[in-house]
Amino acid sequence: MEQLVKKYADKLIQAKLGQSSGPSQPLVGGLDNTLVWNREADEIPVLEDVFKGLHINSLVFLKPAEPYGSLLDYLAANALKSNGLIQPKDCETRTFLHDLPVINEFCADKIVQALKKRKSVIIAPPKNNKSFKGPAIVAHGTVSPEQGFVTISSVCFASFIKFFTDYLEALQTGLATADVHALFDVIIPYVKPVQKKLPEFTPSPFPNEETVYSAIIEAGRKTIEYELVDSYFGNVSYFWNETLYISQTGSSMDELRGCIDPVPMDGSTSAGLTASSELCAHMETVSRTGCKAILHGHPKFCVILSMDCDPVEKAACSFKEHCHIKCPKKRFAGSTPIVPGEVGTGPFGLCNTLPLALEQTNSAIVYGHGLFTIGNNNFSQAFCTMLEVEDFCRNSYIKKVRLLRKA
Amino acid sequence: MYGWTGKILIIDLTKKTIGVETPDLDVYNRYVGGKGFGGRYLRQCATLPWDHPDMVICIFTGPLTGTISPTSGRAHILSKSPLTGLVGDSSVGGKLATRLKRAGWDGIVIKGKSKIPVGIMIEDNRVEFKDAKGLWGLDTNAVHKRIRPKNASLACIGPAAENGVHFASIIVDRHFAAGRSGLGLSLAKKKIKYILVGGTGHCKVKNQKKLKLAREDILRLTAASPALMGQFGFTCLGTGAVYDLMDNRRMMPTDNFRRTRFKHASKLNAAAYTRTYSPKKHGCLGCHILCKKIGTKNKNSFAMPEFETMSHFTALIGCMDTELVVKANERCNYLGMDTISAASTLACRREITGLDYTRGKVLSLLDDIAFGKGEGKDLAMGSKHYAKKMGAPKAAMAVKGLELPAYDPRGAYGMALGYALSTRGGCHLRAYPISHEIFRKPVATDRFSFSGKARIIKIAEDLNAVVDSLIACKFIFFAAGLEEYATAYEAVTGIETSAQDLLKKGECIYYNERIINAMNKFDADDDDLPDRFFTETGSSTNNIRIPPINRGAFLEARKKYYNIRGLTANGLPKKEKAQTLGLLWNNL
Repeated sequence: MEQLVKKYADKLIQAKLGQSSGPSQPLVGGLDNTLVWNREADEIPVLEDVFKGLHINSLVFLKPAEPYGSLLDYLAANALKSNGLIQPKDCETRTFLHDLPVINEFCADKIVQALKKRKSVIIAPPKNNKSFKGPAIVAHGTVSPEQGFVTISSVCFASFIKFFTDYLEALQTGLATADVHALFDVIIPYVKPVQKKLPEFTPSPFPNEETVYSAIIEAGRKTIEYELVDSYFGNVSYFWNETLYISQTGSSMDELRGCIDPVPMDGSTSAGLTASSELCAHMETVSRTGCKAILHGHPKFCVILSMDCDPVEKAACSFKEHCHIKCPKKRFAGSTPIVPGEVGTGPFGLCNTLPLALEQTNSAIVYGHGLFTIGNNNFSQAFCTMLEVEDFCRNSYIKKVRLLRKA
Repeated sequence: MYGWTGKILIIDLTKKTIGVETPDLDVYNRYVGGKGFGGRYLRQCATLPWDHPDMVICIFTGPLTGTISPTSGRAHILSKSPLTGLVGDSSVGGKLATRLKRAGWDGIVIKGKSKIPVGIMIEDNRVEFKDAKGLWGLDTNAVHKRIRPKNASLACIGPAAENGVHFASIIVDRHFAAGRSGLGLSLAKKKIKYILVGGTGHCKVKNQKKLKLAREDILRLTAASPALMGQFGFTCLGTGAVYDLMDNRRMMPTDNFRRTRFKHASKLNAAAYTRTYSPKKHGCLGCHILCKKIGTKNKNSFAMPEFETMSHFTALIGCMDTELVVKANERCNYLGMDTISAASTLACRREITGLDYTRGKVLSLLDDIAFGKGEGKDLAMGSKHYAKKMGAPKAAMAVKGLELPAYDPRGAYGMALGYALSTRGGCHLRAYPISHEIFRKPVATDRFSFSGKARIIKIAEDLNAVVDSLIACKFIFFAAGLEEYATAYEAVTGIETSAQDLLKKGECIYYNERIINAMNKFDADDDDLPDRFFTETGSSTNNIRIPPINRGAFLEARKKYYNIRGLTANGLPKKEKAQTLGLLWNNL
């Protein structure tokens, strides 16, 4: 447990959600027979009471680093003025988190009450509160501190997406306030341009299975290094020797060693049982396009732009509550199609929409979810496309904002 | 009252009387349903022998049964196990629970003993005893054909139960087995051949709109689960999908757990069965996962074997014949026997006698067990009894007398702890650690480490106890969580709750079972694994080493579990803890 609490505290720092010193240092507690923390902290007595009030084995506490701290502060304050919930519309929240409860006090009882129902709680006391400066996120796990880490990563990602999509919509509808303009101006310097310099990848063709594994591990690691996923999650596959080698479900893109499933395309084994939720979409894409490499990440501005819809058209749309699964319009980010679809293989699963889109082009964005890119021979092509599409989306977003603000 | 019907049917077979209990809402909210209610009634007669006329057999639904809450169509059957003397329970699919609930009953508690074979027929409020002399001796398929239940649900026993097999099962709606713990024998002892339930009513839901939203959340998560709805998941391939994974992870119990790799496995996987038997999807009433598979060959249709059966009737007993597995599965279902215990007992026999099996020998031995012929008489008592009688007690691969399922614990240490501590003996489902140790849900854990596992197992036991009470299928928890099911519970019953509140109920239900077992003199000596796992290596590869489990580390983890669970160092319940949980306390 000591190793795990340290590992996930470090990962929060590596993901730039936390910092190695100062108020954004992650605090992670793990409980088996005894409770261990990754560090000493003033918050521990309250969090120990949280442990006592819940059937859990781990807690992660984080005052997120910028820009997430400011974003959460703003979203949480708004939530506290209404129903106490932040309700992002991205896929991650819709599927796994549902909504993000907010409380205004760093108090064990209130944290316990919120965590009884949800995986996380955001604590956002009033600005004049001297005893506790927020915002902070607390998330729990019943199996491993990894759960809290994943939840906090998702909360930060969802908040980022929500702020930028809401801001664009507010500009489009003329409802943006001076406060939100100011916050946008504070935050935007933190949004760095997409790295342009392509990394080196193992050249294809790959001579043997070992090289395939190495190439996948390398592609996963570089996707993280270039910040093209939220926290560490996405998926990656390579087709070689009639077999699709694909990252396992819930695997961390920077730790793919031992987490890649070889799945024969002829269905002769069910070894794909632990493969990524998107296995079906990957296999279908390979069959339809003949591509070899597939990368799936969650670049932020691809996700944000995928949810951008003309407010007037949206108001008149009969599917406006179900954009993520039923959007009837052919939409594009540049030349990259945006398709509806949920995670996995259900009737509205992205496996029904994504492969068709990738038949026409080498990239497709799934509404509110993320970007899929393909390479005919190697990961370099897929990676390059991913950078290009995200760069385009980021620039398009900023351009739209500037134009709307001028207007 | 919403969610529950408010009525429990009490049947006394000795007096041939029928009564109705109407517990308060507080009682319902406390025990929930299913396993929780079964434990409540079993506790009242916990120290009676399993075959005492006053011993109860409980069949319960849950508050979610009969609603649109996903996977709520299972029933929970509970009594004292003839095989182990522990709490004996089994979750069973089909349509039994839904029909019972729609008939207006939350559950049935059966006491007493009939002098002649009877059937119990429930049609809404009407309850009748039927003479079943003419059905006694028939196999479960024949009973089904005779009774022709149509829309009703039929639970019945076969010759194995009638002839005293200690791992006799109850077969529901032809294809669904309440397999573990020998509950078929419990019915046989009371001379119950069948229970037929027809129900036409509706279940009252407090907030249908909210329930629909909860259902959508759960379905969305299920669709995102490769293990359930993926193209190699349970929906497409049935539970047999796990077979390749166990081979791949080198944890397939082989040759009575002497090895963990069966070299013929790749030819005996779910894909091989699919090619031969073209299975179709089938499942419990109202379930969307449809993990049950019905195969067809030569115009005959039959239930395909589940993963455990596929594994134990090949690797465990040293056979490499899919046709044998299908036939053995069918024989066990017709005769009414648990496939896991049957195969494991045969594997024990093979190790002791050194005699390998042919297809014919396996099938004839299954018949001998069911009809009490020759060595079948001893085998019918289960592996623990058989191995002891043969002078080789260590060849019984069982915990507390219940034969182990098809996950070798040397390949998953949470499973090792889960097996040892389970309140019904060698069971993978009480804590179901395969979820995180193999399926990576909710996140992956290190399968070769005990670190953190004591608390993980305790929390998972509580979770599954309440899942078996709500009721939902454990498989869906590879995808959804109590967070979503708490919303469903709240929507159905109108009682405000949370995932953590439900876990607390699960803790009470599970602790009650520890008390029942302690009242029957089970303690830490019984919370253990067969020696083999601590002394013999499994089948390693260059990349995966399967060493024996470190006994010191195992005992340390068990000690931690006792502390976390609130038990004494000897694994016994404590008065203070029981009182904290609001449970009755008997001086143990």
